[in-house]
Amino acid sequence: MYNASDLRKGLKIQIDNEPYIITVFEFSKPGKGQALYRCKLKNMISGISINRTYRSVDTFKPVSLDERKMQYLYEQDNEYCLMDTENYEQIFMNHEQIGDAHNFMTDNIDVTILFFEERPIDLTLPNFVDLTVTKADPWVKGDSVSGDSKPVTLETGYTLRVPPFIEEGSKITIDTRTGEYVTRVKT
Amino acid sequence: MIPGQENMSHESKHNQDQYPVKFRKEQLWLRANMIQAIRTFFIDHQYLEVETPSLIASPAPESHIDAIEAGNLYLQSSPELLMKRLVAAGYNKIFQICRCFRKDERGRQHLPEFTMLEWYRAGIDYKALMEECEDLLFTVVKALGKEQKIHYQGQTIDLEKPWKRISVRQAFDRYSSITPEKALMEDCFDQIMVTMIEPHLGSTKPTFLYDYPASLGSLARLKPDENDLAERFELYMAGIELANGFSELVDPEEQEERFKKDREERTRSGKVNYPMPKKFLLALKDMSDTAGIALGIDRLIMILGNREFIDDVVCFTPDELQENSRP
Repeated sequence: MYNASDLRKGLKIQIDNEPYIITVFEFSKPGKGQALYRCKLKNMISGISINRTYRSVDTFKPVSLDERKMQYLYEQDNEYCLMDTENYEQIFMNHEQIGDAHNFMTDNIDVTILFFEERPIDLTLPNFVDLTVTKADPWVKGDSVSGDSKPVTLETGYTLRVPPFIEEGSKITIDTRTGEYVTRVKT
Repeated sequence: MIPGQENMSHESKHNQDQYPVKFRKEQLWLRANMIQAIRTFFIDHQYLEVETPSLIASPAPESHIDAIEAGNLYLQSSPELLMKRLVAAGYNKIFQICRCFRKDERGRQHLPEFTMLEWYRAGIDYKALMEECEDLLFTVVKALGKEQKIHYQGQTIDLEKPWKRISVRQAFDRYSSITPEKALMEDCFDQIMVTMIEPHLGSTKPTFLYDYPASLGSLARLKPDENDLAERFELYMAGIELANGFSELVDPEEQEERFKKDREERTRSGKVNYPMPKKFLLALKDMSDTAGIALGIDRLIMILGNREFIDDVVCFTPDELQENSRP
């Protein structure tokens, strides 16, 4: 358990069994009055921020987070099935929990899942993934109108702009943190 | 010229995170010069400078102030009780600049170890003390070569006397939708003070907030005509609480009763109790009417030096003393 005097920016505490991180912290103590610990806290699952004022008698349950290496198996009705690569346990995460990661997830990709009290709350992809281009306009030599890039669609349905020489069937590397093209994968 | 002003300007542009104390020259000079000016004021006004021990046996049993243990004694959370014993012994005008220590107090305006100016004067009450406080700060600011209008974090505070005075009742009336009595009953007095009232106090002129509910002035005399109010005041500048003063309670029996209540409250909230300050109570018998005040030196430097954080006005913060932290 934490005491109020442990509170500080960046500390993670539980409120109503949800994990929160303190984003703004202010200690005040008026006159000869009691200490007040004013916090802005962000829910680590929903991202919603709340304000709370605590007193010195308040105590807080720490947030314990576990990371587990898992493999993405398949998607069905917006539910993503993942398997623990050590004990083969399977879990499901929904669209909301996964966020934009689905743009870069192909079957059998290795990911890291963050667990809060046995609940999966976040998914981290490798920084770079290789994906196949499924739709691209052909490159017309000397075409200067379309400029330095053109839109393509990947096997996951994600669209992005790439250099004009990328063709349908090419494999390209994407930076999952920015969602941008990095290079063509030589085959 | 005030010492230190000649070599301050060119060094402050570097990354302040690398070696914080290097970039506090302006504030440390201000601190030194300010303390000199304060001493001069009190010496000019025939005050005796005293040094009471920092290691004490029985801190005042305040409900919300915790002392730090040092062996089988305590580091003083305030020099109040020992200074009043001096007043009771016939030292009618005394002042002290000393370190005070308070457990678990750390924030933008709080350090667990800080510098306090405290002074007592026999024969006056809290209203006269407010005027002396005005005189002191007015004189100190002038001695520092600063203008009468202070700029602090976007606010301009005019020190021209007289300063603003507003009673606690008026402040609750003006800035909140609750009376002080109701706030006390619902245990939200401090919260309303911090969130709704303090931010307005002292924004254009220094402001005295005065006449606190009786229960919030453990060592203060009650008003003779309204004994639900204590003759206590706080001084605010730019929303920052700078000083706390009152007409001293000099009735040993009543003081003992109040201490007992404070100790019970400490027990209820799971806090340790200190030995009853019996020698202080005994001394009160010999004390005549007196007013006394404590003023936070670090916060005054913050205001005059236009710093948002108390960290910027001390040589080293507690965090910087940790061996695994920055220099």
